[in-house]
Amino acid sequence: MAMTVVRPAAYEVVRRLDLSDVSFLVEVRDPDVARAARAGQFVMVMSHAGGERIPLTIADFDRERGTITLVIQAVGKTTREMQRELRVGASLHALAGPMGEPSRTEGVRKVVCVGGGLGVAPTYPVARAFKQSGAYVIGVIGFRSKDLVFWEDEFRAVCDELIVCSDDGSVGIKGLVTEGIAQAISRHADIDELIAIGPPVMMRGCAELTRPHGIRTVVSLNPIMVDGTGMCGGCRVRVGGRMRFACVDGPEFDAHEVDFDDLMSRLRRFRPEEKLALDRWEQGCRIAAPADVPSG
Amino acid sequence: MGKKRTIRTIPQERTPMVQRPAAERARDFTEVACGYAPGEALREASRCLLCPDEPCVRGCPVGIDIPGFIERLGEQDVRGAYEVLSATTLLPAICGRVCPQETQCEGVCTVGGTLEPVAIGRLERFVGDAAIAEGWASVPSAEPNTFHVAVIGSGPAGMACAADLAKAGCAVTVFEALQQPGGVLRYGIPDFRLPNEVIDAEIGKLARLGINFRCNTLVGRLFTVEQLIRDMGFHAVFIAVGAGAPSFMGIPGESLNGVLSANELLTRANLMRARDFPAVDTPLGTLGRVAVVGAGNTAMDALRVSVRSGAETVSCVYRRSRTEAPARAEELAHAEEEGVDFNWLTEPVAVQGDGERRVRGLLCRRMALSEPDASGRARPVPVPGSEFELECDTVVFAIGTSANGILGRTSQLELDERGYIRVDQDLETSMDGVFAGGDIVTGAATVIEAMGAGRRAAGSIKRYLGLAAAEAEHVPASDGDGMLFGLGPEQRGYARVHLA
Ligand SMILES: Cc1cc2nc3c(=O)[nH]c(=O)nc-3n(C[C@H](O)[C@H](O)[C@H](O)COP(=O)(O)OP(=O)(O)OC[C@H]3O[C@@H](n4cnc5c(N)ncnc54)[C@H](O)[C@@H]3O)c2cc1C
Ligand SMILES: Cc1cc2nc3c(=O)[nH]c(=O)nc-3n(C[C@H](O)[C@H](O)[C@H](O)COP(=O)(O)OP(=O)(O)OC[C@H]3O[C@@H](n4cnc5c(N)ncnc54)[C@H](O)[C@@H]3O)c2cc1C
Ligand code: SF4
Ligand code: FES
Repeated sequence: MAMTVVRPAAYEVVRRLDLSDVSFLVEVRDPDVARAARAGQFVMVMSHAGGERIPLTIADFDRERGTITLVIQAVGKTTREMQRELRVGASLHALAGPMGEPSRTEGVRKVVCVGGGLGVAPTYPVARAFKQSGAYVIGVIGFRSKDLVFWEDEFRAVCDELIVCSDDGSVGIKGLVTEGIAQAISRHADIDELIAIGPPVMMRGCAELTRPHGIRTVVSLNPIMVDGTGMCGGCRVRVGGRMRFACVDGPEFDAHEVDFDDLMSRLRRFRPEEKLALDRWEQGCRIAAPADVPSG
Repeated sequence: MGKKRTIRTIPQERTPMVQRPAAERARDFTEVACGYAPGEALREASRCLLCPDEPCVRGCPVGIDIPGFIERLGEQDVRGAYEVLSATTLLPAICGRVCPQETQCEGVCTVGGTLEPVAIGRLERFVGDAAIAEGWASVPSAEPNTFHVAVIGSGPAGMACAADLAKAGCAVTVFEALQQPGGVLRYGIPDFRLPNEVIDAEIGKLARLGINFRCNTLVGRLFTVEQLIRDMGFHAVFIAVGAGAPSFMGIPGESLNGVLSANELLTRANLMRARDFPAVDTPLGTLGRVAVVGAGNTAMDALRVSVRSGAETVSCVYRRSRTEAPARAEELAHAEEEGVDFNWLTEPVAVQGDGERRVRGLLCRRMALSEPDASGRARPVPVPGSEFELECDTVVFAIGTSANGILGRTSQLELDERGYIRVDQDLETSMDGVFAGGDIVTGAATVIEAMGAGRRAAGSIKRYLGLAAAEAEHVPASDGDGMLFGLGPEQRGYARVHLA
């Protein structure tokens, strides 16, 4: 690039924690974004000059330290590469945000905050915001098994009740998050709102579960994005039969109005290219591997 | 000088500009039009009659002294020509390339009444390129003062305003949401029309004026317009965020995979360099057979980027005829040469899917032009029973853009019914000390009009800040009744020059 003109922040990684083989956390220095961030918002990140702009939820922010925390699942080329490269001291090439409309917490007295898998991370600041606004917060977090559990204590600290679920029953109640939600609903007749963040199938399951109960349900959608500023329309989703841009109108929408089939099929848009990029990268890693690993 | 030139004594033919052959250029993103060599520029300059009544100057949205710069050029004083241009325009190398000259200066050139008009745009580009190559900078700057001005958006409006204010001694910071500055020039207009080096050179000049660029900064979200003034120490703000929100038609099938906006296609290809995928990470996707809806500059860019990005076939679908196509004449001609298939008088009705949520084709119907309506434009009406399916794998909508809602939503700014920012004659918004201009005020327009608005706003901001000699450095075009940047409605119409 001919020119590097950026905000003064160098977007440096100041902390890194591996949560599992395929997920990790980085705390990145960006005092401007840390100051402005609100629950429910995300940032657009480029890890290097030839990288893709990818959206990542602000899983936590610390205004005093001037940092934001990102929790990332390594699913494809960009996120796998970040998993390998983003060590403490490394820097992101670009970081812009906070983007999207913040979560709305006003007027909600009792809320269920549901995080599935890696979705636990983006749900955390939302649960905290509800707690701070005085709501009674019931947390429901779900993992495939015990060894994938993270942020349980953090979550518990911002909830009045916490229900942990696991697919294999190795921790908490056995079953999907919908099991946990059903429990919460049976115990509380006065739930105002439920917010669910996780894979689209899970969010759809939550929406179907709450629909007969008439509980207002919010989901945070994750369509493929390019700019994140409302300029490309790549992130368009169908909500209540209308086209909305998730990056500026969302990412949170009324779950009972969202067309999940549309979202899921649009997420498959670049399948062949994603596979090509990943295969090519993995091959590059194999070739590079001997140099990376010190011999002896 | 020798004896007076007349229409009979000047070279009769317009000097052609060397262009790379269609078959060669359609495979890469290198610039199509190669620019004039000095001898060619001199010859073309000698075709100007230096008309005392200067119709071309009135045809220019910012009133560039066209005969003035062409005269210097004719005297082989390129630097002098550049000084004349710089008195009015900030971006000659860019405007020379992208202005719709045929509806502006060249459309009213005296020579054009009989012969082909003087190639004003090409001459402007020649001088602009020479300035970049020689590293000329224009206009001495004033002593630094204590004023801080924020400019939001780094497109032509923001760049022009920032330059004038920096020259007037203000400390200027330009905030840009994307990772690189330039606005549409960067993310929209492709390299084969406007090479990145030209944009870099112009931005570089601004940086040398001391302008501070802050990319990755989405104003409205990172901080608000109010905060700029209240908390961040800025004395005035200029909003130049463009009109970037892409429109769709609202027909069935628009969420199928394979449907995208021209902005998305162009941003992936230009800003994100997706044409180099997989060497860079952003994919363009397999284009296959492409249909682009629309016939403006954006559509031409989408068509020609598709041609260069491995599309099997590339078709344009437009509901009016070629005569009404709003694109620059040169772009339209280039697209035709590069093998684009044009479906004039054709309107999409629905995007059709293959059952797997991928595009299979575009259902269209033929249109006929009715009698011209009150505005003088022939209205297209559907021909009954003319529906047909255009088989394709990718559908690109290039049917216009509208105002982005982020600033409106996050501030007290007064907007008009369509969501554009409302301003008074001085381009001041409803907020004290906050000005706006370019596409975010007028709706999608042109580079030169955005640049003109930026300069006008700079003049207003200087007056607002009480800077002496606010008008000393440049003379904004007079802004009489119904005039937009010095150009009346009749001149902005379709005075298209038809090449024989
Ligand atoms: C508002 C928003 C917030 C997000 N927050 C987080 C977060 O906090 N942590 C996190 O790990 N991921 C988050 N994502 C998803 C993340 O952006 C994608 O996983 C990432 O772009 C994948 O890039 P890749 O090159 O590694 O994988 P690719 O090879 O590009 O994709 C691999 C798989 O991921 C899917 N995918 C591709 N792009 C996206 C996308 N934008 N969103 C969802 N799935 C995608 C593809 O369909 C494919 O199946 C968020 C997405 C959005 C829209
Ligand atoms: C594909 C295409 C081709 C075109 N071709 C031509 C042509 O050949 N000739 C011609 O004369 N005109 C052409 N135009 C029109 C011309 O480019 C525009 O009229 C002109 O660029 C408008 O300038 P602007 O400064 O108002 O805004 P823009 O150039 O749109 O720049 C606005 C900038 O502001 C940034 N921004 C937006 N919101 C925010 C925010 N909240 N905070 C910070 N930054 C923000 C954007 O990212 C963008 O970089 C074309 C337009 C397109 C899209
Ligand atoms: S109208 Fe044409 S010939 Fe006359 S001064 Fe302008 S450019 Fe020259
Ligand atoms: S990501 Fe481009 S409009 Fe939302």
